[in-house]
Amino acid sequence: MTPLERNDRLIRIGLLMIALSAISILAIITVFIFEQGTPIMFKYGLKSFLLGRDWYPTEQSFGLLPMIVGSLMVTAGALIIGVPLGLASAIFLTEFSHRRLTRILKPVIELLAGIPSVVYGFIGLMFLVPFIRENFGGPGLSVLAASIILGIMILPTVISIAIDSIRAVPDSYREGSIALGATKWQTVRLVVLPAARSGIVAGIILGMGRAIGETMAVIMVAGNAANIPDSILAPVRTLTSNIALEMAYAGGEHREALFATGVILFIIIMILNTLANVTTARQRRK
Amino acid sequence: MRQAEEKPEHRPGSGEKFPFFPLFKFSSGSIIFILLVALLLFPSCRQGKSGHTIVVAGSTSIQPFADKWAEVFMEKRHGVVVDVQGGGSSAGIQAVRTGAADIGMSSRELRDDEKELYEIEVARDGLAIIVHPGNPVDSLTIEEVKSIFIGEITTWEKFTGQKKAITVVVREEGSGTRGAFQEMVMGKSRISRKAIVQDSNGTVREIVSRDPNAIGFISLGLVNESVKALALNGVKPTEEAILNREYRLVRPFLFLTKEAPSGLVKEFIDFVLSEEIQELIHKEGLIPVRPITRSGG
Repeated sequence: MTPLERNDRLIRIGLLMIALSAISILAIITVFIFEQGTPIMFKYGLKSFLLGRDWYPTEQSFGLLPMIVGSLMVTAGALIIGVPLGLASAIFLTEFSHRRLTRILKPVIELLAGIPSVVYGFIGLMFLVPFIRENFGGPGLSVLAASIILGIMILPTVISIAIDSIRAVPDSYREGSIALGATKWQTVRLVVLPAARSGIVAGIILGMGRAIGETMAVIMVAGNAANIPDSILAPVRTLTSNIALEMAYAGGEHREALFATGVILFIIIMILNTLANVTTARQRRK
Repeated sequence: MRQAEEKPEHRPGSGEKFPFFPLFKFSSGSIIFILLVALLLFPSCRQGKSGHTIVVAGSTSIQPFADKWAEVFMEKRHGVVVDVQGGGSSAGIQAVRTGAADIGMSSRELRDDEKELYEIEVARDGLAIIVHPGNPVDSLTIEEVKSIFIGEITTWEKFTGQKKAITVVVREEGSGTRGAFQEMVMGKSRISRKAIVQDSNGTVREIVSRDPNAIGFISLGLVNESVKALALNGVKPTEEAILNREYRLVRPFLFLTKEAPSGLVKEFIDFVLSEEIQELIHKEGLIPVRPITRSGG
């Protein structure tokens, strides 16, 4: 073995160990959350956790249904707001805008991802919440406010991945389409977008992951009532907010119930990711 | 995200850039540094009672104030460390029982099974029911407050004639302020599920100060001109009304010890009860107490 080969091998083993350490941290986190969170779920029954509507953890009432529904509603709301906006921006920036403009705008959009979430929350609390309260009624702290803030927060992810996948569509596709007499818009809609679909969907999935996991901004604008909202103007609490909001003073079973919240969040994210992956894989096969 | 250009030759150590997302780059050096700092800090949190350290733990309502008292104390007594920790009243009581803390802090009265501890009241804190300053309501009865927070009364109609929905703002489960409110106002009744929940006195005040239809509760010391504190059963939450116990929403700030205070522990407690600190307590919006030492069985 030459010294060069030995070095090579050492580096390979070193990198392998680093890679494994990352995975083992993930495994440790999983084991820890489940170990802390599952005993109490079995003690009071899975059903009372998943379907209970009352969250009064200091009185042994651990219904997580409002938070599960809350997380799903807010995430869906964020996608409804963020995806059309993001996709439209991506199409404009790749197909219609001047190249120089794109070169300025794209980094600016990516900069949005670097703004701390507490800043989004603060801006939401200062401007969006009063706006909703004065114009639509209700307390302002609401599903709507949280959805809009999260919709904006997922924009950079959706846009930059969509731009990359639209750019990856070969120019020969566009040229062929134009040559056949299609307009620019028809080309985008019927040729470019379908060809870029898997990348676009991947961006949306990443955005969804960000929306469901976001905590700070949501706590600030959602109102956090542990109640299933009866309108988009009613306050809502998500699973992540539930944990962050109450972790500080929680002890005993209350604390375990928060870990149980983590377990359910973990499972929901797994289900959503699997669903998304399966659907994209199926689409790709078609 | 941009793909890194593929290079045909990989020369380790030639400093090529990896396609990391540029905003979240941690070098291994910084991670090791963080871990080392954590290791250095951790044992210091766990120091038991050595000669020059006293551990004070418990109510998070008292903690920020106790931090200041400890700071002033440590300035006067060089070489002495007063370590103030949170955890909540119940945790504080538990800690002083097991000996994990020298002084426990509780912002609620002791239960009968906890009465074996020595308790020293160091201050009192009132709970204020607050509304928007533009709200015409000045006074409610405790029963009315209770009905509002249960969710039986949902509009201001009965009080102001306007049919505006009430925005109820409360603290999160487990907080000492919520615990005090639950105990002193709600009794066995539950706070409505529809109530907006915030995780600090400051944010409750912030929301009530911005929403004309809101009602909430915060520590009396934190009431300022941005909100209006309501009179309860006709009694305004003034210092006088609290001292002669006419205003009902008042909770004690207790220091607890396992045995009769002695040595450094006694010194610290006496210091907190001294005129200097009682004046500081007054300045910070709490209600000072005269040094009355009660001890249980």
